[in-house]
Amino acid sequence: MDQIQNMKKEYAQMVEKISPKSNLLRDCARAFWVGGVICTIGQLINNIIKSFGYNKDEASMLTTIVLVFLGILLTGLNIYSSLGKYAGAGSIVPITGFANSMVSPAIEYKKEGYVFGVGSRMFTIAGPVIVYGLTASVVVGIIHYFMK
Amino acid sequence: MAKHIGKQSIKFDLPPSIISAASTVGSKEGKGPLGTYFDVVLQDPLWGEDSWEKAESKLVQKTIERVIQKANLTPEDIQYIFAGDLLNQLTASTFGLRSFDIPFFGLFGACSTMGESMALGAMTIDGGFANYVVAEASSHFCGSEKQFRFPLELGTQRPLTASWTVTGSGAVILGKNGPGPYITYITPGKIIDLGIKDPMNMGAAMAPAAADTIINHFQDTGRTPKDYDLIITGDLGSVGKELALELVKKSGYDIESIFSDCGVEIFDAATQDTHAGGSGCGCSAVTFAGYLYKEMQNNKWSRILFIPTGALMSPGSTQQGESIPSIAHAVAIENKWA
Repeated sequence: MDQIQNMKKEYAQMVEKISPKSNLLRDCARAFWVGGVICTIGQLINNIIKSFGYNKDEASMLTTIVLVFLGILLTGLNIYSSLGKYAGAGSIVPITGFANSMVSPAIEYKKEGYVFGVGSRMFTIAGPVIVYGLTASVVVGIIHYFMK
Repeated sequence: MAKHIGKQSIKFDLPPSIISAASTVGSKEGKGPLGTYFDVVLQDPLWGEDSWEKAESKLVQKTIERVIQKANLTPEDIQYIFAGDLLNQLTASTFGLRSFDIPFFGLFGACSTMGESMALGAMTIDGGFANYVVAEASSHFCGSEKQFRFPLELGTQRPLTASWTVTGSGAVILGKNGPGPYITYITPGKIIDLGIKDPMNMGAAMAPAAADTIINHFQDTGRTPKDYDLIITGDLGSVGKELALELVKKSGYDIESIFSDCGVEIFDAATQDTHAGGSGCGCSAVTFAGYLYKEMQNNKWSRILFIPTGALMSPGSTQQGESIPSIAHAVAIENKWA
């Protein structure tokens, strides 16, 4: 038993040594600037919408709609996947990434029909985000309520 | 009759001949370093069908039709088909083969399936159970991503240790008589698991299985690296290849000068963005049926050891925290036998 554990440990070290690592600094830098640009574009859109006379809440909602639309469009045009390859978290984290995570399986699973394919599989990637995001906001809301 | 030798190998007294080979690949493989060796290169990954799965079935069907034609045979001459793929319940193979009236053995060895099909096919011929058999394996990049990984349009990154599933089907026909090359020995592999859990580094998961089969092959047959012109694994990729080399060296066999890997040969990592290399059942199958078979006929090598390698996991097993057991089947192929 011990011999096998030793073999596994030794092999794990060999693998660690030989496997190429990605350039963390370069990847973080790329995520930073692309994520920043996406958010800046979002802010720009927000300002433009406000200039049409919408209040803060309405402008936020409309900005979200526009960004989600852009995420969907770029996914459908086969551009978002290339952006994601370059930017990683920079394009996954903003709401455009959320749109991409719902539209890409919707495209993929169309072959299995609209109910079991598109309808249910659309949530394979985004599902956890929705579940745990909502749960977190409920918890925060409760804490906020009691702290008030 | 064949003889069982050593722990796990078989020596064929009447080595079956590989009578013909055929390969169909996708456009990425066609643009790779081995592009000119393949019979058909598809530009449309769907091949006119309406799903990846149906496209892969068409790949299987057309490739097997072609390999039978190339041997100047008809489907009536073939006694058995040994074939497999990566899709759930082997649907690519079963749906692709339902139009043939030929008894079918469906195989699952993950990416080692070509080794498994050729080994079982050779045993069937040498045992006198058939005159001609087909051995085939296939995979499809899009179908495989859909089943094992992520939707194609998802904006994620792949680590440098990840591999690229080959879109392709490779088939051979084995027969009792023929001009060769011949299958002289097989060393079917055992399931080997050294605890690697990362499905994005399958080369590391499979290297111990490849090493174990290579070492046992040498020990069972009494052969050494000097007896081969080429030892080529299925899809260890650049990372797995280095690891396997080290593991085999530790057991006293230095195969560095003659060692290669189909996953490393089939794509140009520098220009095709395939990271560690090609993978999938199709990788070893098309590399053999296209490149290795043709160059053996050109006498570039006269004795090779072909070792397709497979990672035996499912999407669910890795999610449950399991490691990735692997397997490698060795097939010795020679232009002449004594």
